Amino acid sequence: MNHWIIAPIVLPAILAPFIIMVLRYHLDLQRIFSVAGVVGLLGIALTITAQASGGDIQVYELGNWPAPFGIVLVLDRMSAMMVLLTALLALPIVLYAIGSGWDDRGKHFHALFHFQLMGVCGAFLTGDAFNLFVFFEVLLIASYGLMTHGGGSVRLKAGVQYVTYNLLGSTLFLFALGTIYAVTGTLNMADLAVRVAEIPPEDTALLRVGAVLLLLVFCIKAAVLPLHFWLPASYANAPLPVAALFAIMTKVGAYSILRVYTLAFGPEVAATEGLVGEWLQPAALVTLAVGAIGILGSKHIARMAAFCAITSMGTLLIAISLFSEVATAAALYYIFHSTLATALLFLVADLVMERRGGAIAPSKPMPQTGLISALFFVGAIAMAGMPPLSGFIGKLLVLDASRGVPDATAVWAVILIGSFVTIVGLARAGSLIFWKSHDTQAVPLSEPETDEPTPPATAPEPHPGLAFTSVFGAVLGLVLLTLFAGPALEYSRKTAEQLFTPDNYISAVLGGEE
Amino acid sequence: MEALVASAVGVMTAAGIFLILRRRTFPVILGLSLITYAVNVFLFATGRLALDAPAVLNKYKDVPYTDPLPQALVLTAIVISFGMTAVIVMIALSAYLSSKDDHIDMRPNDSVDAAGEDA
Repeated sequence: MNHWIIAPIVLPAILAPFIIMVLRYHLDLQRIFSVAGVVGLLGIALTITAQASGGDIQVYELGNWPAPFGIVLVLDRMSAMMVLLTALLALPIVLYAIGSGWDDRGKHFHALFHFQLMGVCGAFLTGDAFNLFVFFEVLLIASYGLMTHGGGSVRLKAGVQYVTYNLLGSTLFLFALGTIYAVTGTLNMADLAVRVAEIPPEDTALLRVGAVLLLLVFCIKAAVLPLHFWLPASYANAPLPVAALFAIMTKVGAYSILRVYTLAFGPEVAATEGLVGEWLQPAALVTLAVGAIGILGSKHIARMAAFCAITSMGTLLIAISLFSEVATAAALYYIFHSTLATALLFLVADLVMERRGGAIAPSKPMPQTGLISALFFVGAIAMAGMPPLSGFIGKLLVLDASRGVPDATAVWAVILIGSFVTIVGLARAGSLIFWKSHDTQAVPLSEPETDEPTPPATAPEPHPGLAFTSVFGAVLGLVLLTLFAGPALEYSRKTAEQLFTPDNYISAVLGGEE
Repeated sequence: MEALVASAVGVMTAAGIFLILRRRTFPVILGLSLITYAVNVFLFATGRLALDAPAVLNKYKDVPYTDPLPQALVLTAIVISFGMTAVIVMIALSAYLSSKDDHIDMRPNDSVDAAGEDA
């Protein structure tokens, strides 16, 4: 057995308690270990991606229990890619948190950060539906701590709302898993795929209920309309570097939809035929539309970035809901791009908020306006999908993939008009924040929605250099994704091909039985 | 017995949803607890209801047994939901103490009111 597969879970699982128990009072050591841990995770992620890129599906049986009975971790191209994305995202964010002093505004930032990484990597690697639930809980528990990091009454209230919403989501997840287990008698995803295909179509009422409940849970995580209400308030009130990390959490929902609905409840399975496409596509279209309108209407830069996250999820889920190999390849490319772009926008929003407050209104000029506005410009171009950066390629791929499907007109119209509205919204925000900043007679800042809690008396000395470097790291990621769009797309295509031949996955997991 | 368990799950879920819709932290947390009880009982029932049956196979004679897997799932679910309830109580308490308001919906005038009181 290849022990590299479990390394992305074990490394943060050991590091986080170590940081809490041993380094609790030493922020500098915490920072060193945290960055080292993320770099280590990146190394592991590169290794397993290299291993998975050959096309073999590797299985790690926990406790050496054979597949349908024990819990398995499965490494295929998609899970390797998502772990790599997590590590690539985590590195600039942890550097930014250190550089901006965010990790010093509350306790245990780094420990929670690594617990979150553990949950995310686990969710990407597991091959068992109940284990997916457990890793969802791990990442959520850590996210509750990170979400309320730094305190402040508005943030805590947003935190209560966020925890409540996610607890309801988790309960729904359990109901879904219970229903599916009651029908099929298994929770191993590969075994589930086999059993679901065997059930005669007339006996599948309960299974369809379970599949729809599961889809609802993943849609809550992915913030698909009408289950997106938690996202703007939570992300806008969370510490923004944390919100940047949460960019991967919505992708966990998207990943789970792709994984479960290509493997077990695929479009070709008689029991759940047409279940996902029919429901998901209109929801994704409306998500994109509402996100774009939200960008246009936001009065606060953090809220605007949160709505950007919603639009990117909309575009992504449109691609996923087409359920074809080409569209999935486009979706995988777009996952990579949109995670980095969303994180970049949140980090830029934090740079702005630290200097002048987040209101999208004219105010006094702030230090380093030129640099920050350039970064905002890059983030806006990437998010809106304008030509030079990877967002353009991603959207082009999605549009290309939707040619010839029945609802192509609707998809094209929503994506194109949505992009246009996004451009207008981001241009409006950018010009109000950066260009009109010399308008000194303007009203003083007032932030009725998200007043930043007063920083503690011993405000830490931030290292703006490091903060800027890490934001440029995110930009570099986008530029590289654009420059190497060819190889990246090739990898996405192979990944999609692997996803749409689930027999290989099933035989890899259940192989020992035969 | 199936009807009894099913109605218990249904009543607890309904009561939980009703309480969550009250939108103040105390009823919401009670409602969440009720829903987690409901889901725990529901998970038990997914392995089919069998009375007086052990959760292990007996290799010496053919006796009825009950499915052990849902029991393991329920145990995990209980631990997680218990921990989560503790977390949300703590966050809700500190939110209440810092804003003197226990609504969980973030109405815009809430934060303004809270800021006014603090000032």
